[in-house]
Formats: sequence, structure tokens, C-alpha cells
Amino acid sequence: MSLKLKALTKSLWVFHLSTASCNNCDIEILDLLTPRHDIERFGMVLVGSIKYADVLLITGVVNKKCKPFVKKLYEQMPKPGFVVAVGTCTAARGIFHDSYMVEETEPLDKVIPVDVYVPGCPPKPEAIIDGIIKLISKRGHPTGKRSGVSP
Amino acid sequence: MNPFMPIIQFLIFPGFLFTAIVGLLASGIDRKVTARLQYRIGPPLYQPVIDIVKLLGKETLLPDGSPKIFFLITPLIGLAGVTLVSTLLWLATLNPNVGFIGDMIVVLYLLVLPALSLVLSGFASNNPLASIGSSREMKLILSYELPFILALVVPIIKTGGTLTIGGILNYQAANGITVRSASGVIAFIVAIVCMQAKLGLVPFDIAEAETEIIGGPIIEYSGAPLAVFKLTKAMLLFTIPIFLIVTFVGGISFNGLSLLWGILKYVGLLVVVILIRNTNPRLRIDQAFRFFWGHVMIAAVLAVVLALFDF
Repeated sequence: MSLKLKALTKSLWVFHLSTASCNNCDIEILDLLTPRHDIERFGMVLVGSIKYADVLLITGVVNKKCKPFVKKLYEQMPKPGFVVAVGTCTAARGIFHDSYMVEETEPLDKVIPVDVYVPGCPPKPEAIIDGIIKLISKRGHPTGKRSGVSP
Repeated sequence: MNPFMPIIQFLIFPGFLFTAIVGLLASGIDRKVTARLQYRIGPPLYQPVIDIVKLLGKETLLPDGSPKIFFLITPLIGLAGVTLVSTLLWLATLNPNVGFIGDMIVVLYLLVLPALSLVLSGFASNNPLASIGSSREMKLILSYELPFILALVVPIIKTGGTLTIGGILNYQAANGITVRSASGVIAFIVAIVCMQAKLGLVPFDIAEAETEIIGGPIIEYSGAPLAVFKLTKAMLLFTIPIFLIVTFVGGISFNGLSLLWGILKYVGLLVVVILIRNTNPRLRIDQAFRFFWGHVMIAAVLAVVLALFDF
């Protein structure tokens, strides 16, 4: 593994994007920053701008209206970078199973390449940490190449 | 003398490389102590180094409609400024008889460069939030710069008008450090408050305000230029406390045990910075302006007057 990717996996800066979620997952994600779980141990911090981010963390169900914005944000993330989808909604529609708004966009793979899905409604903070650690130990195959997805 | 000596001094010791390593370590300590104060474990001490390496390996995105070369050059202005300050300070510390008349003034000028590069890069970013951040940074420079200079006039008055860093160090070695007098104490406190604003830390991180305008001037930066900004900030965290130690607390000497005493001075000042940062909320820009031109200014003028009457 190159130095570049090694440094990347040890200092993940996370941009949190909530797309029409019920905010349960978001609360669990903020729980990761509290003293109990303290995700900064792994060098992860929450950043405010997508331009700083290495991880695009998506919660909630991506519907028709959200789709162009999710794509835009993915394009704005400096590569190499990861995409982490938290919650059952992103992977299997969750409680929006029969909605007409999510037919083209679920699972999230249809919109942008996803590295890790963390299922659960909402997943426990431990599960999210576990997902990220699995992503790190997968080591050095971030999906995001510049030519990956057309907007 | 070796003709390449100034270049080596600028790039390796005591310039860029040395300052960068110690500065990154200092910001690692900052993050660790902050975490401990919040009952967290916190990142390892070398985390800032990893961050810099990672940012250097990432893609640099250019915003639409910005002057591209200008956008990429502005971070380097601040880096060059802080490196030069550090070189001048350490050369004077290693041998107080080197240096030129007026290097104190040169250092004061060069210390404005990092803030200036922030302002310029914000306006080069073509982003409304960056412009807001830049205008705030300009107001902040206007507010803290005058008390800071007044506070540093005090050691100059004490030495009878010596404008060299080496002269101030020599005077303190002969007659005792500046903070042993009443005017010195007041000026030192004023300088610490202004240092907090110069470092852009809470409560004076108004220009960057991560939770409000998302990094302000540096919002559009990614990859290597962002790494340069982070590096400049880390190096400032090392350089400005050293500047205050040199002018107020007698500098750092390299003879045996007194080196330990010198390191203790720096760590003490760093802990003060971290404690101020962790126990205060962010001020609004008008509050900061009123604070600096009101209370701090009065204290600074008082210190100068006391110094003129030899207290």
C-alpha cells in the first residue's frame, strides 16, 4: 500500500450529508463524536465543506429530488475518497419501500459508487465504527477515480 | 562563510523543516490536550503530520471563475512569511550578535503575512462565504495589530530603544527579563490576548468560524494548498509564542539545563493558548473589535506609559 493511501486511511475527514432522512441516523453519527465513542482516536473529524472531505457519508433515502445534488457533491469531493452509506434507507429503501420517488435511485449504487453500507434503522454507533474500520482494512481501493461517474 | 548557508538556514534549520516539525507536534499536543479536556482520548500526537501527508496526496480542485495562479500562490505567501520570521528569531536566539538594526520591525511586518494571505485567498476563491471570511479577517487585523505593536514597544522602551531582537535578548540576559516589571506584565498579557487572535483560535476564530461560514477564506481549498494553510497555522503556533518568549521572558538558551527551562517556557505558553481556546465561546466581529480597541488598547497604552516612567 502506498504512503498516500496509508495516510488517507489514517486521517479520514468526513462530510456528513443528510438526504431526506428521519434524523435518527444523524443523531447516531453525532454520537460518534462524544467522549464515549470518540472517533477522533482514528484521526476522523467531521468537516463542514465537501472540499476538505475524504469520506462522503450519506444518510437517509436518496429520492429523485436529491439525486442531482448527491451526484454534484460526489463530483466536488477531491479524489481519492470514499462513500459511506449509513442506514437501511440507503441500501434497501427502509420504510419508503413502496414510494414512487425512490425507484430509480435505490440502492445508492445506482447513483454513485458506494464503498460501505451500514444497515440498521438506525445502526448503533458501534456498527458504524465497525463499518469504517472494515473500510480501512479493505485498504486502498477507493472507488473514486475522476472518470468514475458522469454527472 | 558558505554562500549556501542562508538557503540552508531558511529551508532546514532553523527555518522551514525545523519549524514545520515542531509546529506540527505542537498542534498535535493542542488536539490531544483539547481531547483530554473534553474527557476524550483524542488522536495520536503525530496526527497533524498524517493530515498534511494525506492532503498533499489529494486532488486540488479549482473553483470556477477564480484567477487560478493567484488562487494557488496566495497560500505560499503566508508560509514564506512565517518561515522567515522563524529563521530570524532562531538565528538571533542562537547568536544574539547576528542580525541587523530593525529586525524587530521586520518580524512585526512579516507576522502580518499569514493573515494577509488568508484575506487574499478568500477574495480569490470566488465564493460568498470566503468573501465574508476575508472581510472579517481584515477587520480582525485592524483590531489586534495596534495593541500588539504597542505591547511590543514596551520591551523596546525598556532596552532604551534597541530595535534588534539580539539587543533585547542581551539586555534581558544582563538586567533580568521584561516581565519582572509592572509594565512588562501588562504588556505580556496584552500580547498573549493578541497572539490568540493572530493564531486565529477560539475566541477569535471569527474569520474561519467552522460552524458558521465553514472555514471562511479557505472554504474552496483542497489538497496541497489546504495542506499549506494547515502547515502555516501549525508553524504559527510555534513561532508566535517563541517571539513572545524572546521579547518578554528572556528567550531560549542552549546551555545545558537552561534549554529545559526554555522548553518549559514554550510549553507553558502553549498550554495557556490551549486553555483559552477551550474555555471560551467565539466572539462576534464587533465584540472582538470593541474588546481590542477598548479594554486591550487601554491596557496597552497604560503599559507603554508605565514603561516610559520606568516602572
